[in-house]
Amino acid sequence: MGTVVGRVRDFFAFLYDFVVGDDWRIAVGVVAGLALTYAVSRTSVPAWWLLPALLAVLLPASLWLATRRR
Amino acid sequence: MGAGALFVAVFLACAVEAVEATTIVLAAGTARDWRSALTGVTAALAVLAILVAALGPAVDALPLRELRLVVGALLLIFGLQWLRKAILRASGHKALHDEDAIYRRQMADAADAPRRTLGSVPDWYAFTLSFKGVLLEGLEVVFIALTFGSNAGNIPLAGLAALCAVAVVAAGGFAVRSPLSRVPENTLKFVVGIMLTAFGMFWGAEGAGAHWPGSDASLLGLVPAIAVFALGLVALLRRGSAAAAEAA
Repeated sequence: MGTVVGRVRDFFAFLYDFVVGDDWRIAVGVVAGLALTYAVSRTSVPAWWLLPALLAVLLPASLWLATRRR
Repeated sequence: MGAGALFVAVFLACAVEAVEATTIVLAAGTARDWRSALTGVTAALAVLAILVAALGPAVDALPLRELRLVVGALLLIFGLQWLRKAILRASGHKALHDEDAIYRRQMADAADAPRRTLGSVPDWYAFTLSFKGVLLEGLEVVFIALTFGSNAGNIPLAGLAALCAVAVVAAGGFAVRSPLSRVPENTLKFVVGIMLTAFGMFWGAEGAGAHWPGSDASLLGLVPAIAVFALGLVALLRRGSAAAAEAA
């Protein structure tokens, strides 16, 4: 029983590492950015620029946090 | 998306994964037992073939817009994580990915492990090491080929690019029988991070209902823009660490 629980835990740890990776904020930011893109695309305002804008904020912020921790 | 761009993107991304898998198999074969290591490779390839046979038609049957949204999100997350690591490595804030060091570590671990025969496999450790390495890196290759191929509407070409990448890297690795440290893996990862981010952004936004100015041609602007931005961040971080070193 303990082995099964351990394997399930290992699988989810692998899945988390595979999908989310080192910085969970990037995954959360991408999902939020896509939700915002969807919401804006329902209006008459162009929505294509939202993800590039997100990249311009998210990547430097993640790098800043990573280098500050060292 | 042009066929050439699709082939290059899939080939480069899969080559990086193939270098990692080849390093593991070479360590298992050289330090332990070649027959067991190659049996592990065969078993992992069989599992991957079953997965492709099951997932390929399923991915192809999904509605394109929803597929683009999910795949775009995943590619964008992967791309940003790869790019983040590549920028940290290029700016000296993280150790470079060193296939030589990984190979030496795998060899040392493999040499210490006890030998156990199971069925027709002479060395279970070499089998398991190869099997896990090829299966995990192979899953990433399958994911890249299926997602890029389905979004570009050309799974056969994406599959061919993935197979070519694996064949070229495996042939190189087995020809020299040493880790592929001469492959510029860190530079490759930088380039692949840029491409995954650009394609993820493009498909994710389209899946969410946005329309890019110039449609597919906007990728021609996105890729260099992300590259310039990433190189700018590398320069900024390098300057930051140089200033910190001077102050210390």
